[in-house]
Amino acid sequence: MTAGPEETIAFEPAPAARTGLTARLQHHHLAIAAVLTLALVAPLAAQSFVTFQLTLVMIYGLAILGLNLLTGFNGQFSLGHSAFYGIGAYTAAILMDRWDISYVWTLPAAGGVCFVVGFLFGLPALRLQGIYLALATFALAIATPQLLKFRPLEPLTGGVQGIVILKPDPPDFVQHALSGLHLKPIDADQWLYYFTLAVILVMFTAAANLVRSRTGRAIMAIRDNPIAAAAMGINTALYKSLTFGASALYTGVAGALGAIAVQFVAPDSFTFLLSVSLLVGLVVGGVGSIPGSLFGGVFVLFVPNLAERVSTGLAGAIYGVILLLVIFLMPSGAAGFARMLAARFGRRSRSI
Amino acid sequence: MSVTRRSLLVSTAIGAAAAAMTRPARAEKKYDTGASDTEIKIGNTMPYSGPASSYGTIGKAEAAYYQMINEQGGVNGRKINYISYDDGYSPPKTVEQTRRLVEQDGVLLMASPLGTPTNSAIQRYLNQKKVPQLFVSTGATKWNDPEHFPWTMGWQPNYQSEGHVYAAYILENKPDGKIGVLYQNDDFGKDYLKGLKDGLGAKASMIVSEGPYETTDPTVDSQIIGMKSAGADVFVNCGIPKFAAQGIRKAAELGWKPLQIVSSVGNSVGAALKPAGLDNAKDVVSDFYIKDPTDPQWKDDAGYKEWVAFMDKYYPDGDKTDAGNVIGPCLAQTLVQVLKQCGDELTRDNVMKQAANLKDFAVPMLLPGVKINTTPTDFAPLKQVQMAKFDGQRWILFGKVLTG
Repeated sequence: MTAGPEETIAFEPAPAARTGLTARLQHHHLAIAAVLTLALVAPLAAQSFVTFQLTLVMIYGLAILGLNLLTGFNGQFSLGHSAFYGIGAYTAAILMDRWDISYVWTLPAAGGVCFVVGFLFGLPALRLQGIYLALATFALAIATPQLLKFRPLEPLTGGVQGIVILKPDPPDFVQHALSGLHLKPIDADQWLYYFTLAVILVMFTAAANLVRSRTGRAIMAIRDNPIAAAAMGINTALYKSLTFGASALYTGVAGALGAIAVQFVAPDSFTFLLSVSLLVGLVVGGVGSIPGSLFGGVFVLFVPNLAERVSTGLAGAIYGVILLLVIFLMPSGAAGFARMLAARFGRRSRSI
Repeated sequence: MSVTRRSLLVSTAIGAAAAAMTRPARAEKKYDTGASDTEIKIGNTMPYSGPASSYGTIGKAEAAYYQMINEQGGVNGRKINYISYDDGYSPPKTVEQTRRLVEQDGVLLMASPLGTPTNSAIQRYLNQKKVPQLFVSTGATKWNDPEHFPWTMGWQPNYQSEGHVYAAYILENKPDGKIGVLYQNDDFGKDYLKGLKDGLGAKASMIVSEGPYETTDPTVDSQIIGMKSAGADVFVNCGIPKFAAQGIRKAAELGWKPLQIVSSVGNSVGAALKPAGLDNAKDVVSDFYIKDPTDPQWKDDAGYKEWVAFMDKYYPDGDKTDAGNVIGPCLAQTLVQVLKQCGDELTRDNVMKQAANLKDFAVPMLLPGVKINTTPTDFAPLKQVQMAKFDGQRWILFGKVLTG
């Protein structure tokens, strides 16, 4: 969990490194542009089921980004992010089902609710470090599904039966614009994909800016050396709680999107296993890497299916083997692996 | 004249052609996605991993059964291609896997997906897509709702109809009884309570004490003490095995000797009655619909022998004491019957039509006299059970087959 090499270079740009850096930045931009184009075209070519899967990948990626802000950048462990995901999902479902609020507005609501819950949970968690914090958040993950089934809350949560919600149709103005351009109208899955993509872009950009800002440096300073950070005048308690809140916000928005995509919420959807999946996605994608979170989403969604395709009976064991291989081959996650490849190819092209 | 003759000829030709066209049309094979001359693709989701993975064996037993059907030549000459995916008992995963089955694998129908939350998650999707969601593996009452969900059908006797059976039994044997009910405080428990009250009808006031418990409660002692002090002399115990056992044991400790009815959920000898103490459980009454594979009375039964032969050949790893391995083949058999009835018209419409048209279909491993019946307004295939009394060692069936 050390700062990436970009940062180290950026702080002390040696003349030789600077040209390499700008070249790499251009590569970065090219890569982002390529990925974006691919992301925009994909649902037009893919089956609607694949579009749905890609939507889920983005949603899990966003949830993992939330966990990454807390664990990767601030050094606090959490096994309780399934709770924030669930609270976000339920906020969206209840608003849509009970009060007929448009799905668009459920996202800020879910984010807000989760920010408050995360911030408040972060306050007592300040006293806990490392594995003790992991245990406290574990308790949160265990308690949430039971609270969702709790009888007095049932008129709101629907109890064990959960809540079924309607999938949003593409808004009319989009269809009008498309027919104006003589293009085919898009279906609900494609619309949700683009909607999610837009949300993801905004939130990933915001996260990247946050990490690069003064606040972000404070957050990382607390991770690297809390005593030194406090000595430099950083309000450690406030920043840690705020990071907890922001992390919960991200995961909560992902939960709300997840509820809209799946069209159903139930307490059994947000068990402790979801927390573990998010943690696996975090480690595989790269702790402390923002684009790595998306790769984590890919892993969380597709690898269990892949394992099952190999053998139904041994799916769990095969998943474990794949996980071990990935950790062994990419010890610092997909992001670290990509950095390593870039460094190797960069050197080769320079030697030519 | 010649014109007339020609027109006559033409009209005859047209008539013949029309007849020729209608005749094959009647026998014409009609297929929806997933069905062809050689194959019928059916989908399923099961918790092979996760908290409910012990139920996964039902899916494996179903797969084994379809394999046997295929080796015997399939259904009307078509092989069954049974695709079963793991959902980990997680509703979002179930949605994903179901969409994969419907949109990518192109199955004709969903066969017995397992679990209440998982089936709730896909019910609306499948009904919108008009894909049959047949014989779901859960006892909730809500699957019998053809008016709102014409593409969804349950299978096992639902908890409410079991409640009706208990009510009928009480009205016959203890018409002046006072009833105490122990039930789980969720939809599953409340289904039982509703069935019991509906069955008692005007005499619902016979219930003098309701004892709901939460799954997180350490014991149900206070509920049992409450029932005894309310003067109850009938104890309806609708707990899951752990709480059913606690209830039976506490009643014995208190020296309370009511007529005790244990629901089918809590009537396992190994999981509930042994922990309660076999002596304490003596004379407890419960209800059954499948042949208990551990019961020696079926040793020479043709249906049982057939099942053992099937298990030995097609699913040798399967545990023959696990009721799931009885339920799996029973579910598969019901679906095979529906597909047989469909003939060459393997459309989703016709599948639902035939599923809603099962008449006195007998499955060998269901209790004798328990038959599967459906109509377009009745989507609850199994409604019959038989009562049994525990003799301190095993359940002894008695009385007629009852309809809930």
